[in-house]
Amino acid sequence: MKYVDEFRDGKIARRLAAAIAEAADPARDYRFMEFCGGHTHAISRYGIEDLLPDNVRMIHGPGCPVCVLPVGRVDAAIRLARRPEVTLLTYGDLMRVPGSGGVSLLRAKAEGADIRMVYSTLDALKIAESEPDREVVFFAIGFETTTPPTALALKLAKNKGLANFTVYSNHVLTPAAISHILESPEVRKLGTVRIDGFIGPAHVSTVIGTRPYDYFAEEFEKPVVVAGFEPLDVMQAILMLVTQVNDGRHVVENQYVRAVRPEGNLTAQREVAEVFELRESFEWRGLGEVPYSALRIRPAYAGFDAEKRFDIPYVPAPDNPACDCGAILRGVKEPRDCKLFGTVCTPETPMGSCMVSSEGACAAHWTYGRFRDPAGARRKAS
Amino acid sequence: MKANNRKLDLKSGRVELSHGSGGRAMAKLVGELFHAAFANAELLKGNDQAAFSVEAGRMVMSTDGYVVTPLFFPGGNIGDLAVNGTVNDVAMAGATPLWLSAAFVIEEGLPLADLKAIVDAMAEAARTAGVAIVTGDTKVVERGKADGVFITTTGVGVVPDGLALSADRARPGDVVILSGTIGDHGIAVMSKRENLSFETAIVSDSMALNGLVAAMVAAGGDAIRVMRDPTRGGLAATLNELAESSRVGIVVEEEAIPIRAEVAAACELLGLDPLYVANEGKLVAIVAPDKAEAVLAAMQADSAGRDAAIVGRVVEDDHHFVQMTTAFGGGRMVDWLSGDQLPRIC
Repeated sequence: MKYVDEFRDGKIARRLAAAIAEAADPARDYRFMEFCGGHTHAISRYGIEDLLPDNVRMIHGPGCPVCVLPVGRVDAAIRLARRPEVTLLTYGDLMRVPGSGGVSLLRAKAEGADIRMVYSTLDALKIAESEPDREVVFFAIGFETTTPPTALALKLAKNKGLANFTVYSNHVLTPAAISHILESPEVRKLGTVRIDGFIGPAHVSTVIGTRPYDYFAEEFEKPVVVAGFEPLDVMQAILMLVTQVNDGRHVVENQYVRAVRPEGNLTAQREVAEVFELRESFEWRGLGEVPYSALRIRPAYAGFDAEKRFDIPYVPAPDNPACDCGAILRGVKEPRDCKLFGTVCTPETPMGSCMVSSEGACAAHWTYGRFRDPAGARRKAS
Repeated sequence: MKANNRKLDLKSGRVELSHGSGGRAMAKLVGELFHAAFANAELLKGNDQAAFSVEAGRMVMSTDGYVVTPLFFPGGNIGDLAVNGTVNDVAMAGATPLWLSAAFVIEEGLPLADLKAIVDAMAEAARTAGVAIVTGDTKVVERGKADGVFITTTGVGVVPDGLALSADRARPGDVVILSGTIGDHGIAVMSKRENLSFETAIVSDSMALNGLVAAMVAAGGDAIRVMRDPTRGGLAATLNELAESSRVGIVVEEEAIPIRAEVAAACELLGLDPLYVANEGKLVAIVAPDKAEAVLAAMQADSAGRDAAIVGRVVEDDHHFVQMTTAFGGGRMVDWLSGDQLPRIC
């Protein structure tokens, strides 16, 4: 497959692995966080950990939009979908996320709610146009990558005067979450968790560019390498981070030059700014309230804001108290440290956010990596 | 009374509730459509059951319901699928499939032309596989109570002497052989789904495998521990089922698994893992190491197994994990599919 196979070449991988092993100083260890679930998935699916020396470890960050969506918001979407006049549309991987009492969108659909999976916001618009008698609500989630398509749909809906289309916005922001992790007591004050650098999500940076990361590199003295999602991209980014750490540098580097520019996609940024504004605070599953970390629809588009059209009170719903997702997302713990992992919490019956999507740290480890756990820590699927 | 003598309107007619109510309309549908297409002596006797003589030995029986959406997809339709799928389930025992039954649950309003195309495809598939559809049933349900047509087929076959293939027979050291490319059927069907149509030249691999199985049995006999066709849940589900039943582990090599470039590309776009995508004309065989090459050669000599390859081996593993060495050079698990395989968003 052209433009794909080149970035998955096993021979080049072995060369990069050798280069990383040579560059890594055996007298120290390196702990890097890949923020994005796309990277977590790539690391697990291609077995990248097997190609890294023992003193280079990856910490799986919170950049999985499905995982960080709080239960209260899933509950609200389900309540919305159960209204007889509403057709709720969303992306596929949200369907299985359990809300309170284990009820997911799939379950609500089975019980009669009109919930459909779409691949793009334009499909959502098409459905609204072809079914004018239905109140079509798009359940929007995602980081900066999926925000421009939602903004575009809202603008098109407004231009077309679509009276039956609204968006339930749950779009969140990457830099705010990284700040939150770096500000967390374990990382900043207690020093119990050391993060030596970040792999930044390339798809997010195709939109926002690399400049928003300059702040972390300077303020927290952490190197950031914005990297693509193919396994060779990840390997190369790790080599670049190791080199920066060795050199005592902490700057933002762009590994994904084939698509990312420092300033990002200005058109997309303009479209988003026209339609969305910052929320003062937003709850993240696993991280709690994070200030200025999400987007809501501007008053000029209030007619297309599901939160305005429908009464959707937000009722926070706590995770299982034994769930260690928060600690796992901040790099304090690993999936196998959680006593729910693999016992009551599996991809079939996820208890916490990290198990709900294939991009979550726990789900990725369960699905792809648990054979590496020491024999005593292995637990069998029922 | 004249109207009753009219033939079925196969061009623009539709299935009505009366076609399933046991009266003249039903007799007409059964006679003009099913009997005409499936024509064989046993069926044409018009009995409520089929009778056949059997030789001494072991027989196998398998049943399967078919509910595919859409009914017609590139490379086939629900009709040939319903024949090939059950023929294959019978053949996986190493058996020669001989007889099929077919039960139809038809939604009121289905165009008769569609039903005819489906029935013709079944007849053609049965001819190709060398089996006879000897008994059947037709029901019509109100609009909305079914999705076009559901078909259930049951197959009966005979097993050659000395064969006792079973999922619990895989042993460490055995070799895992796959008969061809994975994911063709699932991607072909998905390409025609509502809200998801994309242009592709991929066609379903729906095909009867009893010829291939006969060639394999001739080459490997009882050294073939088990065969299974990786349909729903794909190759991953089949390997996990076999590992679990035999209480062993399986290690596969990603590079060895045949996959068409178009299927790999479609999976890439849709965020699917081809290991979990359905197949309808492929089989996995676990074979004792000393006969593996002979079985592989027999498979490659058959058109249904042209792309057959050794893709892995059976190992000892108390956890009964299926693991894969990735083409990239790392290792990963190939776990059971959890829920439906849903596309990822970004």
